[in-house]
Amino acid sequence: MGYVFSAIAFALLAVLPLFAGDYGTGLLVGLMGYVVLASAWALFSGPTRYVSLATVAFFGVGAYVVAVLNEVLPYPVVLFCAALTGAGMALVVGLSTLRLAGIYFVIFTFGLAELVRQLITWFEVNVTGTLGRYIFLDLTARDIYWQLLALAVLTLGAGWWIRRSRLGLALRVIGDDEVVAAHAGIPVARTKLVLFVISATIITLVGAVQAPRWVYVEPSIVFNPTVSFLTVIMALLGGANRLWGPVAGAVPLFLLFEWLSARFPDHFSILLGLMFLAVVYALPDGVLAALERIRRPSVLKETKA
Amino acid sequence: MTMTSRRALLGALPMTIALSLALPGVGAAQDVVRIGYAVAKSGPNATGAGITTIPNYQMWVAEVNAQGGLEMPDGSRRMIEVVEYDDRSNTEDLVRAIARLAEQDKVDLILPPWGTGPNLAIAPLMDKAGYPHLAVTSVTDKAPEFADRWKRSFWMLGGGHDYAEALVQTLVAAREAGQINDQVAMISVADGFGIDLVSAARPAFEAAGFTLAYDETYPLGTSDFAAIMNEVQRSGADSFVAFSYPPGSFGVTKQAQTMGYNPKVFYVGVGGAFPNFPQVAGGKAGGVMSIGGVDSASPAIQDYFQRHTDSAGSPPDSWASAVTYASLEVLEQAVQRVGLDHQALAQEIATGTFQTVVGDLKMQDNQLRDLWWVGQWQGDKFVAVNPAERQGATAPVIPKPEW
Repeated sequence: MGYVFSAIAFALLAVLPLFAGDYGTGLLVGLMGYVVLASAWALFSGPTRYVSLATVAFFGVGAYVVAVLNEVLPYPVVLFCAALTGAGMALVVGLSTLRLAGIYFVIFTFGLAELVRQLITWFEVNVTGTLGRYIFLDLTARDIYWQLLALAVLTLGAGWWIRRSRLGLALRVIGDDEVVAAHAGIPVARTKLVLFVISATIITLVGAVQAPRWVYVEPSIVFNPTVSFLTVIMALLGGANRLWGPVAGAVPLFLLFEWLSARFPDHFSILLGLMFLAVVYALPDGVLAALERIRRPSVLKETKA
Repeated sequence: MTMTSRRALLGALPMTIALSLALPGVGAAQDVVRIGYAVAKSGPNATGAGITTIPNYQMWVAEVNAQGGLEMPDGSRRMIEVVEYDDRSNTEDLVRAIARLAEQDKVDLILPPWGTGPNLAIAPLMDKAGYPHLAVTSVTDKAPEFADRWKRSFWMLGGGHDYAEALVQTLVAAREAGQINDQVAMISVADGFGIDLVSAARPAFEAAGFTLAYDETYPLGTSDFAAIMNEVQRSGADSFVAFSYPPGSFGVTKQAQTMGYNPKVFYVGVGGAFPNFPQVAGGKAGGVMSIGGVDSASPAIQDYFQRHTDSAGSPPDSWASAVTYASLEVLEQAVQRVGLDHQALAQEIATGTFQTVVGDLKMQDNQLRDLWWVGQWQGDKFVAVNPAERQGATAPVIPKPEW
């Protein structure tokens, strides 16, 4: 029943932009972008409870790969290169940091975005001698939306599969207690690494897919730390431990921010901060868990996106 | 208070709401011109937008509305109604906001965001929706290519090459006058603007027979310039050039003052033309050169500075502000001549001549080329120095007076 329902929902989402104009499609692109980012983030950070602020590091690298390669390679190959770059970077980062305990990991990931940004800047300054890069690809907002939707299906599918696999079980144990997990014979570092790479690769692809919308790319544009923060807050609001949690957080928050940017164009940063506090204090396990607590006996119901 | 009055009040409330909702709907179609913009009110672009873009938009709208609104070709006036969004310095949000302005709000005109990147990001959408796009605050060497790609886009602040080559010209003139030697010490910030300018300046300096006695790049965010400036001082160059962003421009100025470094030419990048630069320089900005400049003898500019000070509480910056305001005057006069039809407007902006605070303005291939590339602080004004042959230019003071 659930599969049929999901399939119908995704089919509906796929035809939606045919009836929406530029703004409606733009809204869908932004929305789907954050749905994938939050879901991909929760893929790793949900079960392991390692809060990663590196989202924009991978997102930005994805956009940069497209900016660098868009004129020399066909588009699908460019996307493949972006995924490869993201995975490779995640592997290096993961190998060197996933042994760090929680709080150090947070700080490291926050620094990672800045590190990558400086590396790219250094390279552009000293090797290529330009900073801004142009992306002229003939992709409409609709094409971008469909790619993001496909990515969303892929992410949620991966989340669903991992949940049922031994990998998911191992992750849950690690999230509860790493020491116990290690003693139980779970390869802690490797498990975390695999998840981190999957999550980061998807995030890189989101950046790569969205980049053609921006035409012009430079480090300060693609490494905007707000993206990392929004992703975290969306996933936490919905509940990072549930398959549909990040979706349930991303959709309302995205629409709320869109409304706020029009209603209160001067107060965005303040409202974002307050929202952060509210989510952490009032809904530590996310909206879905809170809803469940309110109507106790009902079975886990997955809300539609 | 009695019950009746409260009840009357309650009864009146829905009426008032209904009226206030209905009224704009009735009158809106003809009586107002809806102008939309999405600018960065938060995030990294907020500083630039807050200095150059937003104060000019607000001032212009207030001025036009105080006169009874935008004048149409038939002589009638329509009040401006503003629709504004915060793009949070996020390109994706910006692109969406522009789509929203065009499609949901159906605004009559869209004003551009601040910065090169943001303007490039919205260009395809503006083009698709047909709006004239006055991309004022975009510094790009590819302007001719963009103007060709998006026929209704206008590029009004030149490119990195223009600024770098004009500086070299100014220094060549000073060298020929025997004011400086042929050594230049150059530093640049490792970020967009610094890179663009330095990569244009290097070959230009060499071609002009200058030697780069010092040529180093520093990372964005550098706050201690002591080491760099020491080496600059030791280099023996008469001219010091910093292609810097505001924090760097302020930093090197203070450092040079602290160590008593007095090169004959002292040039800083973005921020040098900011109204608060003389304060940063402790009242000793005289002789410092930078990007931009204004014709300070022009009554139109003096009047503009006064109005800006009254409206925003501070004078404008002496580089992009006046050009931004001029772009709005172009728009205003074009509307007065041909109305709000986008096709006709774009045509008029491309071919017409307009009276603005920066003088008579005419686009060349959709670009504004009559710009001031180099300016210098003289007294409390940042006067234009290059192009030297253009009317309104002031001769530069070289060597710079000591701090």
